[in-house]
Amino acid sequence: MHSFGYRANALLTFSVTALAFICAIASLSDNFSNQNPSAEIQILNINRFKKQSYENDEVSLTLDISADLESLFTWNTKQVFAFVAAEYETPKNSLNQVSLWDAIIPDKEHAKFRIQTSNKYRFIDQGHNLRGKEFNLTLHWHVMPKTGKMFADKIVMPGYSLPDAYK
Amino acid sequence: MGWLGETVDSVKSIQIRQLLTQAISLVCCLIGMIVTSSLIIWKALICVTGSESPVVVVLSESMEPGFQRGDILFLHMSKDPIRAGEIVVFNIDGRDIPIVHRVIKVHERKNTGEVDVLTKGDNNPGDDRLLYAKGQLWLHRHHIMGRAVGFLPYVGWVTIIMTEKPIIKYILIGALGLLVISSRD
Repeated sequence: MHSFGYRANALLTFSVTALAFICAIASLSDNFSNQNPSAEIQILNINRFKKQSYENDEVSLTLDISADLESLFTWNTKQVFAFVAAEYETPKNSLNQVSLWDAIIPDKEHAKFRIQTSNKYRFIDQGHNLRGKEFNLTLHWHVMPKTGKMFADKIVMPGYSLPDAYK
Repeated sequence: MGWLGETVDSVKSIQIRQLLTQAISLVCCLIGMIVTSSLIIWKALICVTGSESPVVVVLSESMEPGFQRGDILFLHMSKDPIRAGEIVVFNIDGRDIPIVHRVIKVHERKNTGEVDVLTKGDNNPGDDRLLYAKGQLWLHRHHIMGRAVGFLPYVGWVTIIMTEKPIIKYILIGALGLLVISSRD
């Protein structure tokens, strides 16, 4: 009853259970944090808007993105992954989401930022539907915890549009 | 003398019987209880999460610093449409190791609801078209096994060590067997 094997087994079981319990509590505490992030995006310039040689539209733009994501960070947050996507509808597709830019925010100090950048990933349509197209720009964030459940949400900013003619 | 021989014989036969009993109980315990209960838990997880593999271990560094090698991810698959930003686990035809990356582009068809998806690892410079099968530009719903909804750090190292150094697996099973035998006394 008091052999080394039994004691080691009991210790291992107890420590694993205690660790699992602590992880669960840590994850649960994320539900109680008050989150109110804010963001604003402006399109500074449409750099290029053309039809690729094999029939898809492509546009390149410069964005001015400012956001305050400080309230998303809790003690259980490892990083916040933020990205900006363009969402629009076409005759063939009910929804198109194209990620234009993303960043990993490692801590609270970097969570309030403003950058001007051209799109990191190519904005290519399936077809040539982009002339005069109205679209939303959404800032998504994905909170990755040190342990437990991950949260994601977004801010939708409607009202952007592309020019009517190729450039 | 004959009486001594008889005693020796009976002692030997008891020992053989005990040995056989222990061997059978070892086999029953190991294979019966432990493996079966693990299988039951695994199948239950598959049912609850709706995904073919409800728990995966992160093997590469393509999602750092969010997911490090050795973390385990809990997956869940629902009928909800796939949207940009979700971390999905998918299989490429011809490869057997599932890949855990983030969705960066979604094109969803109006009439059929089918979807073209492009993924990228957070820590990779380019998107995953290099990883897809030859000529494949998009992922479709049937490639995707689940969405990552939660994770535990470091726990997956047990699996990685056992896969990369199988000797540890044998040592572990041997130790488990020894524990079962010794507990029978």
